[in-house]
Amino acid sequence: MSFAWAKQYEPQNGFTKWIDEKLPLPRLVYNAVGAGYPVPRNLNYMWNFGVLAGFCLVLQIVTGVVLAMHYSGDTSVAFGSIEHIMRNVNYGWMLKYAHANGASFFFMVIYLHIFRGFYYSSYKAPREMIWLLGVVIFLLMMATAFMGYVLPWGQMSFWGAKVITGLFGAIPVIGEPLQTWLVGGFAPNNSTLGRFFSLHFLLPFVIAGVVILHIWALHIPGSSNPTGVEVKKESDTVPFHPYYTAKDGFGLGVFLILYTAFVFFAPNLLGHPENWIEANPLSTPALIVPEWYFYPFYAILRAFTGDLTIPFTDIILIEAKLLGVIAMFSAILVWFLLPWLDKSPVRSGAYRPLFRKFFWFGLVPCMAALFYLGGAKAEEPYIVFSQIATAYYFMHFLVILPIVSQIEIPKPLPFSITEAVLGDDDVHGGTSGGGDMPPPRDAVKDLPASGGAAPEPAE
Amino acid sequence: MTIRLLGILAGLGLTAVLVLWSLVPGLINFALPEKPEYYAFQEPNIAPEGGFSFDGPFGTWDYQQLQRGYQVYKEVCAACHSLKYVSFRNLEELGYNEDEVRAEAANATVPGINPETGEPQGRPGLPTDMFPSPYPNDIAARAANNNAIPPDLSLITKARKDGVNYVYSLMLGYTEPTAEDLAKSPDFETPEGLYFNEHFYNINIAMPPQLTDGLVTYENGPEATQEQMAEDVTAFLTWAGEPSLVHRKQIGWTVLIFLLFATGLAFLSYKQVWAGMKPKK
Repeated sequence: MSFAWAKQYEPQNGFTKWIDEKLPLPRLVYNAVGAGYPVPRNLNYMWNFGVLAGFCLVLQIVTGVVLAMHYSGDTSVAFGSIEHIMRNVNYGWMLKYAHANGASFFFMVIYLHIFRGFYYSSYKAPREMIWLLGVVIFLLMMATAFMGYVLPWGQMSFWGAKVITGLFGAIPVIGEPLQTWLVGGFAPNNSTLGRFFSLHFLLPFVIAGVVILHIWALHIPGSSNPTGVEVKKESDTVPFHPYYTAKDGFGLGVFLILYTAFVFFAPNLLGHPENWIEANPLSTPALIVPEWYFYPFYAILRAFTGDLTIPFTDIILIEAKLLGVIAMFSAILVWFLLPWLDKSPVRSGAYRPLFRKFFWFGLVPCMAALFYLGGAKAEEPYIVFSQIATAYYFMHFLVILPIVSQIEIPKPLPFSITEAVLGDDDVHGGTSGGGDMPPPRDAVKDLPASGGAAPEPAE
Repeated sequence: MTIRLLGILAGLGLTAVLVLWSLVPGLINFALPEKPEYYAFQEPNIAPEGGFSFDGPFGTWDYQQLQRGYQVYKEVCAACHSLKYVSFRNLEELGYNEDEVRAEAANATVPGINPETGEPQGRPGLPTDMFPSPYPNDIAARAANNNAIPPDLSLITKARKDGVNYVYSLMLGYTEPTAEDLAKSPDFETPEGLYFNEHFYNINIAMPPQLTDGLVTYENGPEATQEQMAEDVTAFLTWAGEPSLVHRKQIGWTVLIFLLFATGLAFLSYKQVWAGMKPKK
């Protein structure tokens, strides 16, 4: 599906015509990322991160498959196989550092991609499915990264695995047997390493499949844009190729420069020195933390220090460990609800002054705090700060967003993307200069009916 | 409108109750000052003048220094510390030729078996062998070192925070507790068999001070002071931890320069492609 004015693929010679008849792959590519896919002309650099994420996935798969040729997934030799890769395999050190830092950069890109989604309300109708698939991709990424980090079988690999697999024990009734079954024993051991290697190899291809669905779902309505006003006509768009292939190419260059700086000049900066020590089940590290990209969720997990009891009695309803696990997963599951929590028919934060305030002075500092606190020691004052940040996090999505979206008065939207970019629109508003500015649009009336109710004027 | 207002207030009220219920105990805890335990640990704070030759994005190996460091490892450290991920043939990177490497390997005894009886028996090393451990197993290591296992040194500079400076500071950091330390912890006493070293995470380390001036004799080299030996062995251990360190940085520059050029071209292409579009108002 595309817009009516999209260019059509025209095979030029006998060979391309033959292919187009038998297996129209070039046509698919042309319509997906070529000249046949019209995209809003006003996308800013926040729209680069989707392509960068796709690049990171390919990078991780390529480096990962080659690493898997030299890695050995048995606890007696796993750590040694990493050293073998670092020292003996030709450019093995480059593969290892590229893969480890690639994971960090993948998450950095994804967080910025999600951040774009939050600010510009990319999750709203008609793009809910893209958003839901995206959250699924994020969950798969987290599972993949967690299992991948266990593979070197260093101290942090083992102890991180112990903490996180230990969380399954918190599930009431079935928790302990479930944990033993998943782990393949009472603590992470050779069986655990074997299954983690297998799943770590499998999941990226599952991610690739969901990414294909994600992009397919995107191409139904087409991309959103920084004004949040939907595409109306041809002058609102440009063909993806060459406009956004060029812009994404430049963005990729900038990304690669940053990536190179880390891989070649500071490859261990984002890691933990502890993981260069072979796993020792008898020696607990002073501080057990996951990789930095899990910090916010780790902070939420550790924020719950007290059991949920009936006050003034000894009856425990939910113990602290289970509360932490539920909160940690809920922190991501709440994103699934976003299309239905945020009721405003205005998409872009640029036209939502009250939403913007809570975004920059609420959500962003809260996330920054959670990132920091996830890597901090589990003692005061970090504990109380994580509790405050966790409370605000859930309040922001479950209480503040719905309320703000109902009561705020948005700024007037431009009539179209063309008007936003060029200052006026041939169809509406007539001549530029000399005429009055067109009357402010009523944000409500022009937008397609969506899941949200229209805000009523304050009584 | 009043119902909506009441609803909002009720929601906020409930949220406030929940938040206070979870936070108040923590806040009370935070407000009451607890007397912190005094802990003398010192981040690595000594470094050789001018840093190490491999520091920074333009670092290179000083092969003479690495050879001296290997000598210090062999004569001082190898008695207790293994280097199990380094192989004798790797020494060729330090500038030793094939015969010298074969001689170094042959000097060492590695685990093997008697080819006739099959019983365990040491044999002279070959260049393909890894550096052997001084102890046959962990129990023997503990027995000889006051119940502490001397860690393997292959990755020591990567396995500690600020590892290069850590090793250097640790080797030179055996001091007496300062007057300040004793004032804050008057009952402090270094246990028998341990040695006070503020750079060690647990303060009292089982390794006795190792480096004294003139301990090793450098042929055709600088004077073997404590600081010189510490610097040399730290450099050697950094190489042992990551032999490709310098090569990595050199390749990094090639890649970076190419990318800067390519990104420049990409930027210009981007500008050219978009040149036709009218500018934003």
